[in-house]
Amino acid sequence: MAKKAESPSDWVTDAFEGAGYTCSVFASTVLAFGGILNRRRELLYHVYAFGCGALPVTVLVAIFTGMVVTFQTGLALYRIGQASQVGVLVPLAMCREMGPVMTCNILAGLLGSRIAAEIGTMNVSEEIDALRVMSINPIDYLVMPRFLAMCIVCPMLTLYADFIGIIAGALVARTQLDVSTQAYLSNAREVLEFRDIYSGLLKALVFGALTAAVACSQGLRTEKGAEGVGVATMRTVVISSVLILVSDYILGWFCNVFLGVGA
Amino acid sequence: MPETPLLDMQDVHKTLGGKHILQGMTLQVHRGETLVIIGRSGIGKTVTLKHMVGLMRPDRGKVFIEGRDITTLRDRDLDQIRMKFGMLFQNGALLNSLTVGENVAMPLREHERLPEEEVRRLVREKLALVELHDVEDMMPGILSGGMKKRVGLARAIVRNPEFILYDEPTAGLDPIMSNAINELIVNMKNTLGVSSVVVTHDMPSAFRIADRIAMLRKGRIIKVGTPAEFLETDDPVIKQFVYGEEEGPDEPSE
Repeated sequence: MAKKAESPSDWVTDAFEGAGYTCSVFASTVLAFGGILNRRRELLYHVYAFGCGALPVTVLVAIFTGMVVTFQTGLALYRIGQASQVGVLVPLAMCREMGPVMTCNILAGLLGSRIAAEIGTMNVSEEIDALRVMSINPIDYLVMPRFLAMCIVCPMLTLYADFIGIIAGALVARTQLDVSTQAYLSNAREVLEFRDIYSGLLKALVFGALTAAVACSQGLRTEKGAEGVGVATMRTVVISSVLILVSDYILGWFCNVFLGVGA
Repeated sequence: MPETPLLDMQDVHKTLGGKHILQGMTLQVHRGETLVIIGRSGIGKTVTLKHMVGLMRPDRGKVFIEGRDITTLRDRDLDQIRMKFGMLFQNGALLNSLTVGENVAMPLREHERLPEEEVRRLVREKLALVELHDVEDMMPGILSGGMKKRVGLARAIVRNPEFILYDEPTAGLDPIMSNAINELIVNMKNTLGVSSVVVTHDMPSAFRIADRIAMLRKGRIIKVGTPAEFLETDDPVIKQFVYGEEEGPDEPSE
């Protein structure tokens, strides 16, 4: 039987319901933080699994992000005879923007989809109902440890990506732009402030929290078997990626106005 | 004064995916009895069980447990009531990331402060009750459907609940194991006074374990009675279902 096409009003209703549900999952998760000591084993497991699982891709993405940013900004600066200033731009770009945004976009795809698929499969196979019957709250047992793990892993991997991106940039500056590593690093040291780094890590923390809230709520809302798991996974990646870009702008403004980043 | 039923469903309605599944379901379960719900596939038997334990909330109507309306309770309050429950799901609903032993031990580790040795002993004891031995370290993924169901049953009974809900406990099991599960349900009632609601298609099993049988049709209970009353009934709808006749008021394809 052919499926009934959804009308635009159904789509809008579904979108608002989804957003409301995600907010309620987020609020319940925050209220469940008090029970973290009882869930420390699960938290450590997820920090380890998420961190180790995402590390190789993060390294690869960080290397090429650093290389591309250095190469393109280097070429632009070369035109105005300022190629040696590449060491000023690349570390700032990596720490404030490229590090957190590229890393967390990759993590939204890698870990967000993993969380949504895992919880979604548990939902359609009645495992979450089984938890509820055992008086185990799925928010406490499944959502909160994953949420906190994402809030820990995203900034950690972003810091790592910042460092690797800057080093990869130094390599490109030396081999392609004729800028010595010493000049590049000396410029970086001069311009880079602590707040540039922590503003990027603050962004990564927020991106991680957004991805986890979306992934967990999509997983908990999964219906209709394997097809539903696929839809939940796809929605998680799309919604998280869009939210990361939108919140990046808002956070950039916030960091500039309230933390003086870039001032 | 008549005793308050352990569980009381009053005029429960539920629509799922545009289909009106429960259309004024009214049913009582008394303390210490085994009530078997029968009815055709897709008629809402599992939906009924899920309402009994608060996994679903009715669109209309009330569900009372020991006189307390659970349809308006918050999840945290409902958790307190669910402590008295055990439930066997149709496919076991084991957590696939945990071993069999961890699955069965889960309610104990979450809610009791028992020494690890005692937890392991109880897990072994409950697994032995469902004829499973030395399976504690296996992952659910490698178990057969019947074994998963038996592990699910061991998990449901590990804390000696007062009230157990069984969703198709003997489906997919061989006749010998089905009989063992039937005996287990009867023993739990006789020795521990456990109250049970069992959803099944398996009529021999229903007649073996039931104190009362309730038949669900078109979203409502059409008859509640003892197994003897069901065997002796002249109602053509009930006779057709109980004896599995192709000819009768209900079409096989309905």
